[in-house]
Amino acid sequence: MTTYILRRILIMIPTLLVISIITFAVIQLPPGDYLTTYMANLAQTGEEADQAVIESLRAQYGLDKPLWYQYGKWIWGVLHGDFGQSFSMNKPVKELIWERLALTVLISLVTLVFTWIIAIPIGIYSATHQYTFFDYFFTFLGFIGMSIPGFLLALILMSLSYKYLNTTPGGLFSDAYLDAPWSMAKVVDLLKHLWIPVVILSVAGTAGLIRQVRANLLDQLEMPYVVTARAKGLGELRLLLKYPVRVAINPIVSTLGWMLPMLFSGSVIVAMVLSLPTTGPLLLSGLLEQDMYLAGSFIMILSTLTVIGTLISDILLAWVDPRIRFERQQT
Amino acid sequence: MSVEPTAIAPPEKGEEKLYLASQWRLMWWKFQDHKLAVFALYVVLALYLVAIFCEFLSPSDPNKRDAKHSFAKPQRVRVFHDGKPHRPFVYPLVQHIDEVTLARTYTEDKTEPQSIRLLPKGDPYRMWGFIPLERHAIGLGDGKRLYLMGADRLGRDLFSRILWGTRISLSIGLCGVTLSLILGVVIGGISGYYGGIIDTLIQRLIEILRSFPTIPLWMALSAAMPATWSQIRVYFCMTIILAGIGWVGLARVVRGKILALREEDYAMAARVAGVGEFSIIMRHLIPGFLSHLIVTVTLAIPGMILAETSLSFLRLGLRPPTISWGVLLQATMNFRAVNLYPWLLFPVLFVIVTVLMFNFLGDGLRDAADPYSH
Repeated sequence: MTTYILRRILIMIPTLLVISIITFAVIQLPPGDYLTTYMANLAQTGEEADQAVIESLRAQYGLDKPLWYQYGKWIWGVLHGDFGQSFSMNKPVKELIWERLALTVLISLVTLVFTWIIAIPIGIYSATHQYTFFDYFFTFLGFIGMSIPGFLLALILMSLSYKYLNTTPGGLFSDAYLDAPWSMAKVVDLLKHLWIPVVILSVAGTAGLIRQVRANLLDQLEMPYVVTARAKGLGELRLLLKYPVRVAINPIVSTLGWMLPMLFSGSVIVAMVLSLPTTGPLLLSGLLEQDMYLAGSFIMILSTLTVIGTLISDILLAWVDPRIRFERQQT
Repeated sequence: MSVEPTAIAPPEKGEEKLYLASQWRLMWWKFQDHKLAVFALYVVLALYLVAIFCEFLSPSDPNKRDAKHSFAKPQRVRVFHDGKPHRPFVYPLVQHIDEVTLARTYTEDKTEPQSIRLLPKGDPYRMWGFIPLERHAIGLGDGKRLYLMGADRLGRDLFSRILWGTRISLSIGLCGVTLSLILGVVIGGISGYYGGIIDTLIQRLIEILRSFPTIPLWMALSAAMPATWSQIRVYFCMTIILAGIGWVGLARVVRGKILALREEDYAMAARVAGVGEFSIIMRHLIPGFLSHLIVTVTLAIPGMILAETSLSFLRLGLRPPTISWGVLLQATMNFRAVNLYPWLLFPVLFVIVTVLMFNFLGDGLRDAADPYSH
């Protein structure tokens, strides 16, 4: 087990390296470099750029050096927690991103748990009651859920609530707590607002997961060992939870790997519509204003988190499924 | 392949016919049993027909503005005028402007019904950009405008705009998938057929690409497109961006299947007979799992359509004056407008129906293509 985890962590390193190179390429994509954008911005406000400031900035980012040097400089900074300067906010990127990232991760994790709590019982029910009315009902609901992208759902919900409640359920905090420091009351307030994005985001994932649980469990229910257990007189519920569900859950653990990128992706657009103080809106404004250090940092960190999520799901899978654990040991 | 033919095909087809039927015919019979999927197939075909003939089908020019109909409400099609049956008609809309709030409201002028005519002369257009025509499928004729789904801020007919949007939104899905199919087959094929170090490298690359959250990456790439680019260039670039990440799923399918099939006797026979490697992959291995590929492609198209819609919605993808469903949805960012003019949400309906139908179709195809499913 330990060697398996160690090997998976070692494999992560080249992955993260490639991710950082792609992110750096994204930062470099727009025409012009950081400095020209900075100067254009200053010119817009009518200020003169100080030659000394420009020179020092140029040296700081190594803009007169070749690309590989700039990459090295950037990645060195990233490794030390320095993500560069956001010129549109005129602040270091690291001051802007962490709270938003934390909220994004919070929403994603709560959504994940919520998805599992809803989807696994329904999936089990659908499989054990195959071709009944509720099975068809949930299947149909699942299809619709998979077909409605989160941001459209958010749009519809927002306009309905504007129409009938005369408020928009946007944001994560009430006005009173918007700029307040963290406190117990603020956390409670956050939880009150959290359910809307969580419900919207979990729709697609829940629909997919129900189908997967149902399919996995149906495969298991036909197995001879289920018949054996039933023949020896094991109660139906205990039988179900102890054997087939236990096996059918394993592939679900591995879905963590693809659910995390999906949730991070989905939350970006849903956050735009619901105007949540998460990564989405800042990433978009960063991209639109070509504030590339800001946008690049988000992409880099979200991807890194995804890789870590995949690692955790792999370790969890090896932990819950002895078949995988032993197979790895033998190779 | 050991298939129990009686289990899949309609019983009235006759025993002998069943055993002689080709794999594709068996699939088609099985597909026909899936009523919802057959229905979805017809809807999808209808949507693509709309995409092909949108100039003709739309009642008016999608870019023609009309200040007298800014945010006009959808006209209701009626069949009773003054209590008597009448051929389908609409009442003309009269605009009222509230002097305080400047909000526009519309009432129907019930004195003069305007019949909906087939093939009336309307705004002149060029079919597919080169055949000059002026007859539309439906309309009111005589220069009057029909607003079946209301109008946008500039008084442009939303129904016509949605039909035009169908062309861009559906074709970008198809182009993106075609491109990712080519990439997926070539890269997945190489990876599966040669194996070894190439395989390992490609698999690692796929794993890395899969670990990127797609939408932020798509956003970053589309944001890099300069605002000065022409519509056509943005369209093609969008296709490339969508396919550039979309191919990984297809490549995995292709690799897995080729890995299994290359050891088959017939592949060996082809190799011994001196067939080139490329030819073995293309002519002998791929037909073996073409049905799987079709299923994967069908299920990938809605993802592409949604990606385009989301990006355009965020103003990162296609931009006006290009008309796509995502571009039309940009107007819904403003909740006040949506609240006053809820018909701006009509494109949402089209997006959801399209994606739903593609999912039903793909699901039906998957069941039909799997010889072991019941």
